[in-house]
Amino acid sequence: MLVATDSITKDYPGVRALNDVNLDLRAGEVHVLFGENGAGKSTLISILAGAERPTSGTLQFRGQQIVLHSVNDARQLGISAVFQEFSLIPQMTVEENLFLGAEPRTGVFLERRRSRESARGILVELDFPIDPATRVDQLTRAEQQMVEIAKAFRSDLSVLILDEPTASLTNHESDKLFALIDDLTRRGIGIVYITHRMGEIRRIGDRISVLRDGILIDTLDAGTASESDLVRLMTGRDVGKIFPDRTPKPAGENLLTITGLTTRDGTVLRASIKVNAGEILGLAGLVGSGKSEVLQAAFGARAISEGQVLYRDHDTTGRDPKRNINDGFLYLPPDRRLEGLIMMRPARENMALAALDVSPFSRGAWLTPRREKRMAEDLADRLNLQPRQIERPAGMFSGGNQQKVMLARSLTREFRLIVYDEPTVGVDVGTRAAIYRFIVELAQGGMAVILISSDLSEIIHLSHRAYVFHRGQVQAELSGEDLTEESVLANFFDREAA
Amino acid sequence: MTRDRTAGHAASLILKRAFVKLGILPFLLLAALLIFTLMSENFLTIRNLTNVFRQSVYLTIVSIGQMLALLTGGFDLSVGTILALASVAGAMAMASAYAAMPEAIWLAITIGCLAGVAAGTLIGVVNGVGVAFFSVSPFMMSLGMASVGFGVALYLTGGVPVYGMPVEFGDTFGFGEVMGVPVPVLVAALLVLALYIFLYRTPYGRHLYAVGGNLKAASLSGINTRVTLLFTYVLCAFLAAVAGILLTARLDTGEANIGASMPLESIAACVIAGVSLRGGTGRLENVVLGALFIGLVQNGMNLARIESYLQTVVLGALLILAVIADQIRLTYVATLKD
Repeated sequence: MLVATDSITKDYPGVRALNDVNLDLRAGEVHVLFGENGAGKSTLISILAGAERPTSGTLQFRGQQIVLHSVNDARQLGISAVFQEFSLIPQMTVEENLFLGAEPRTGVFLERRRSRESARGILVELDFPIDPATRVDQLTRAEQQMVEIAKAFRSDLSVLILDEPTASLTNHESDKLFALIDDLTRRGIGIVYITHRMGEIRRIGDRISVLRDGILIDTLDAGTASESDLVRLMTGRDVGKIFPDRTPKPAGENLLTITGLTTRDGTVLRASIKVNAGEILGLAGLVGSGKSEVLQAAFGARAISEGQVLYRDHDTTGRDPKRNINDGFLYLPPDRRLEGLIMMRPARENMALAALDVSPFSRGAWLTPRREKRMAEDLADRLNLQPRQIERPAGMFSGGNQQKVMLARSLTREFRLIVYDEPTVGVDVGTRAAIYRFIVELAQGGMAVILISSDLSEIIHLSHRAYVFHRGQVQAELSGEDLTEESVLANFFDREAA
Repeated sequence: MTRDRTAGHAASLILKRAFVKLGILPFLLLAALLIFTLMSENFLTIRNLTNVFRQSVYLTIVSIGQMLALLTGGFDLSVGTILALASVAGAMAMASAYAAMPEAIWLAITIGCLAGVAAGTLIGVVNGVGVAFFSVSPFMMSLGMASVGFGVALYLTGGVPVYGMPVEFGDTFGFGEVMGVPVPVLVAALLVLALYIFLYRTPYGRHLYAVGGNLKAASLSGINTRVTLLFTYVLCAFLAAVAGILLTARLDTGEANIGASMPLESIAACVIAGVSLRGGTGRLENVVLGALFIGLVQNGMNLARIESYLQTVVLGALLILAVIADQIRLTYVATLKD
């Protein structure tokens, strides 16, 4: 037994985030924490990592009762956490980041050589191909995560906590992470792992603890637990299947045709795609393969250097987002915090954002606040916003509910084509099922939907047809029987290598 | 004893919630009223409070303009210069028009007002173009324009006050009253009302908040962020220019060195009123209260015979206090998340 919590309870004013939780972590296991957004997973790992202190209950480390006053306390014991928000300073080098706050020194002077050597030592030991002298802002997201993990190895590591580590990694990068996790567990390190992805649980999990409303519902063996069991435990109800039934491919008229499109920054090269009304079109590919960029360009949010965009039989190449939206074409971005929502403004205003110039949000030059409020309430009901408070700032909602606020924009005016870019990143399974149903219903209503996703199962189960992007180009077009995980994956990487 | 403690705990929780919801301003207002009432018996009188209103008009108008810049995540350090330039240009135009046609008094006044407002607004146009189209940081842009504008105002006047405006100008816009309400107060009230309607009853106001809250999200939602930013600085300058004309009427001279304290005071009024320096949050009615609060403090300190040099010390300290309070409030918001 590496770490155990003994009846841990954590109260925040007005809410009990954790209630009498008993969790134990064995040496050499991957212990998955599973639960909806807001179930208490983050609070639990914050307590384990020393960032928060429990209201009542105690922690045990290798059989001894311990009190963690700070993250540093936990580090001393070899307990380290890698949160979703990295604690790296972008302008500093890898080496400086690795030893930040614990710089090797004599007296008041830094020992640069020793820190360089220790940094190199850690990176070599972990088999991370990173030069310690590189600035962090020049690394990819996966490399930054490696640095964050390497930081945990400053002292002898015994417990590593990973909070949705693959959320922004490509499949290839995730594979590397899993290999590392295998290696660590073999060395007897215990890993607490938070994820929403079923595939990862299968692949690396040993045991799974399901949290709901701050209560640890059950701890199961990862080998025997079925997906529907987990979802039922997590949500407390049967959500049924996650993916709705596939509907037959409709024969709608052509809506958008992109021909030979190249962006000015070279992220997309001579890409051609088409989408029809009523169709769900999937775009798959690695991060940076051009799958998002091609639609951003068509929407007018990215400069085009060559090619043509035809929307409803009109040449709309280079038309700005405003006029595209007026014409019924909407793009919803993948990063809610950076591009999607205005976090300090109410959910209502965020929903209304793309339709302020039309009824029911305004009449002529005037806003119509009462009708806006009614509309926002209807949308909150339709999407089951939790809590159903339309005046609450968007940033105060959980990830899944923030996504619902953004999705609500789909219904604020008459859209004919909506692009959903990574609509389920950081969203729990229950909400994900709701989002899938929502998207399928829109398509059934005659809208064209383009689904851009790194989650292959989404592409496979929802889309009628899919394009696979690679290095800015369309690598393959797949539909019907041909649209399988294998066929999509086969086109993810370089042809020569595959 | 335990009951005392829980009662005390409940009271502090209520106070905390009030602080989170209302911000620092109500507490400061209350404290100021209390302190100055104790320090001077002339403070809490109808006459004095009317005075406060009249004196705060200029800062109020400038502050509601400053608020627009802050809402979009920037600020305008050139409001003082705009005030001065509007005053000088307006006074010069009015004086020369009056000298050319002494019988057409109201024409001269109109020409002067328009010239002053136009000159001031021009600074805002340059600010806006720089910020919106050339992505110059608002700090550098408005700091640079503050120097440019001040230089122009001094150059135009040679550093000497401008006289020679018709008496009717000062009598009406400086000291006039309509049904007992001072004209400057009336003008300010109309501007506040118009801005309120603009901000909260038209989509354009919402655009302003959206651009400040998240530029990228606003742009992807079909909001023309450049035009919104440009318009923000133009409107901010327009309001400062109107304040400049009103102040000119009050002083009966056009002066290049009025308004030097305006950037600090207007930003202070906004921040004390809970306008976030990060953009996207803040309410117009609170900013009006914030400007009145600063007027109240200045008036109270005058009555309490606090030296004017010390008054600027107090003002700077208040500004910093407000920012600290805003930070503390943010941490409370996080812990009180229901």
